[in-house]
Amino acid sequence: MTKKKHILDIIAENRFLHILLSILLGFLVGAIFLVVMGLSVGAAYGRLISSVTSLKGFSYVIVYSIPYIVVGLSVAFSFKTGVFNIGAEGQFVVGSMAACCVSILCANVPKPLLIPMCFLAAMLAGAVWGVIVGFLKTKWGINEVLSMIMFNWIAFYLSNFIAGLPAIKSEGTAEATKNVSVNASTLLSKDLINRLGLAPTANWGILVAIAMTVLVWFVIEKTTLGYELKAVGSNKFAAEYGGISVNRSILTALAISGALAGLGGALQLMGMGTRISIFSSQEGFGFAGIVVALIGCSNPFGVLVAGIFYGALMYGGSKLNLEGVPTQLISVIVGTVVFFIAISIIFENLKRIRARAARNAEAAAIKKAEGQKEDKKK
Amino acid sequence: MAKEYVDMNTPVIEMRNIVKRFGDFVANDGINLTVHKGEIHAILGENGAGKSTLMNQLYGLLKPTSGDILVNGKKIEMSTPRDAIDAGIGMVHQHFMLVQPFTVTENIVLGTEPTKGVQLDMETARKNVVEISRRYGLSIDPDAKIEDISVGMQQRVEILKALYRGADILILDEPTSSLTPQEITELIAIMHNLVKDGKSIIIITHKLKEIKESADFCTIIRMGKYIGTVDVDTVTENDLASMMVGRNVTFKVDKPEQEPGEVVLDVKDLHCLDYRGIEICKGLNLQVRRGEIVGIAGIDGNGQTELVEVITGLRKGTKGQVLINGVDVFNKPPLFGFQNGVSSIPADRQKHGLVLDFSIEDNLILQNYEKEPFSKKKVLQREPIFAHATQSIEKYDIRPGNSEKRPAGTLSGGNQQKVIIAREVQNDKDLLIAVNPTRGLDVGAIEYVHKYIVGQRNKGKAVLLVSFELDEIMSLSDIIDVIFDGQIVDSIPGKDANENDLGLKMAGGGKKA
Repeated sequence: MTKKKHILDIIAENRFLHILLSILLGFLVGAIFLVVMGLSVGAAYGRLISSVTSLKGFSYVIVYSIPYIVVGLSVAFSFKTGVFNIGAEGQFVVGSMAACCVSILCANVPKPLLIPMCFLAAMLAGAVWGVIVGFLKTKWGINEVLSMIMFNWIAFYLSNFIAGLPAIKSEGTAEATKNVSVNASTLLSKDLINRLGLAPTANWGILVAIAMTVLVWFVIEKTTLGYELKAVGSNKFAAEYGGISVNRSILTALAISGALAGLGGALQLMGMGTRISIFSSQEGFGFAGIVVALIGCSNPFGVLVAGIFYGALMYGGSKLNLEGVPTQLISVIVGTVVFFIAISIIFENLKRIRARAARNAEAAAIKKAEGQKEDKKK
Repeated sequence: MAKEYVDMNTPVIEMRNIVKRFGDFVANDGINLTVHKGEIHAILGENGAGKSTLMNQLYGLLKPTSGDILVNGKKIEMSTPRDAIDAGIGMVHQHFMLVQPFTVTENIVLGTEPTKGVQLDMETARKNVVEISRRYGLSIDPDAKIEDISVGMQQRVEILKALYRGADILILDEPTSSLTPQEITELIAIMHNLVKDGKSIIIITHKLKEIKESADFCTIIRMGKYIGTVDVDTVTENDLASMMVGRNVTFKVDKPEQEPGEVVLDVKDLHCLDYRGIEICKGLNLQVRRGEIVGIAGIDGNGQTELVEVITGLRKGTKGQVLINGVDVFNKPPLFGFQNGVSSIPADRQKHGLVLDFSIEDNLILQNYEKEPFSKKKVLQREPIFAHATQSIEKYDIRPGNSEKRPAGTLSGGNQQKVIIAREVQNDKDLLIAVNPTRGLDVGAIEYVHKYIVGQRNKGKAVLLVSFELDEIMSLSDIIDVIFDGQIVDSIPGKDANENDLGLKMAGGGKKA
């Protein structure tokens, strides 16, 4: 009994350990599914590992992970500052579309200028998307989670609408925008890609993602702005009492979080996709960002690693059908990992759980005692 | 009399040689406690002495490292509060465990809700609550939401909750810390009634006067060690204080005579509403001058909380003026008041005073993080922040030492208060507002807090003191303003005040026509 609790306490105290354990459990559950389906665990996981460990495979993983890292940072930033940015999806979409429009409308601007322009447009669009929600919250007290979910859909249909505008729509028959200007592409040169044998979509967006990781860490941990936002996030009453403007902080936090998600959209588009299609459903980068932020414990560097891990799962997972394994296996693994991380958050709060269980017990005991008293009266 | 220490009955509670370690830290080092049926037993000790730790073991929230707990002579393994409840023990915690958006009734019946079929029977619940509040003489609004009622009222709900659950042995952790003098008297009467009914009460308190008034026996703990158990009738308050602190304590505040200077705070014809939207401050006028302490004496709910909230910018008033050195801060944000000379020690230290997740060093710079040397060009400078914390921890005796990086939430209540005092006194503004600044503190800490408040006055700052401790108001104030029904009804020099006269005026007896 005491020994078991001991282990749990160790896990609760060491975040890295419980994240690792959750990941292992995710793969274990995945293995159970494989066995039940009569498939070879070794072959499936072997393929998963081999497909991401070759140089080419790994370069794919990095390409996949760029948007996950940046959107993960967006969500992690919002967690740290006490808002829950479930609207990263919408901010990603408007950011992506803003970058797309700028690149199409200013296609001839030279590369060193056009790329920052696209980034800025994307960040601005994402920030605006976040701030509108923040404004609704601070001005009229509208719950940000609800309005964010609605804004995700508004972004989705807005993107589809813009993609259909004559100035933006592809001249061909494709239900998509024109291709992004070559001047806005962040792809590595063909030469380099061929010589090193990298993925054809290898791009230097990862450098932006790493820079953002350091920047977010710096802002949160080292600046007065981070101090303010964290203070409001953990106790807005004391922050207000201490003279910090709570509303301004909420707006700032949402603007920064939104800008990051928007940048994620631009990086994805400019690095990998060549154009934006008219979608029939949400792509889910924002939601993936939540998962990445969770796995990364909302720590910027944790998010960087978690983003690459998630990218590896997504890329490796796409190769599973070569072994006759349904790619949905990855969803099972990711779902399980998130589930166990959620549990490990509970591990952390062991005390609180114990207290809650105790309260329930208390209630039950009181009921019993009341009952006995009733009996005595009779 | 049943007040024989060696009782023939088996003690209801016996804790033998309790040791509790947290890592290397020994919170309880061989504590003994014996409580007999029908006894009020006080546990006395400084902040962080290990009183709450001891009680948490008795209530099953913590497991002793070694030692035995016996209830009614039977050894019991307490691993959860369920075991404690089963053994007939109930506990009222110092920090309330109430569901904020629920009503008073819902909180009291929580877990024991009366039902009608599968439906909650809130009508019966309400009736029960009204009945029990009447029976014990603790009046409450059964339909008010917890988040809307004052700290004092919340405490009542906590006490009622425990009474409603009808345990035989009640542990009260600082139960009177937010009650008015009248309420305390009532509570003591209730406690006496309860022990007459055969219940036993363990009360954790720092208030020597209350121990003298209510308890039969008192067990003293100092820095985790068992000092002794005494028959309260045979000792003086001073004896208790020195046993607790380990040195002699002076209750008198050293306050030299001085002439007050010009007016710093000038509140004119202030009107504001309370949480229900009912006018609570009704044309209140108040002045505080340099070098004086003005104490507001009044029963909770007469507008003093709202008055402070309006002055500090947390609540909007409906009419009036709040001048700080001639600048109107009425209905301006808190930062504006701060910049114009208002600092304050808030009533609810965990809600308004501290960011509990933040480290002590970060809490100490709450209003000053944007100033040099704590930040340069918007980047926090960790070295000066740390040095500032080290110096504050030493100067203000914040315990444990070397705790610069520890989250404020891990400190004891008294030490949390010291963090706030350190911050606000060092802010050194023209006006210091202190609301119940010694709530829940032991005499050693109270001495400290009073020293700093009087120190601000001696330095020529204006001090507004709001406190439900009449003793505190009387010993510190140069002027006592009595608040009743949203107005200052009388203003008397502190040295002329006497308790009875004040009590009468606080109850509206002295209201001018």
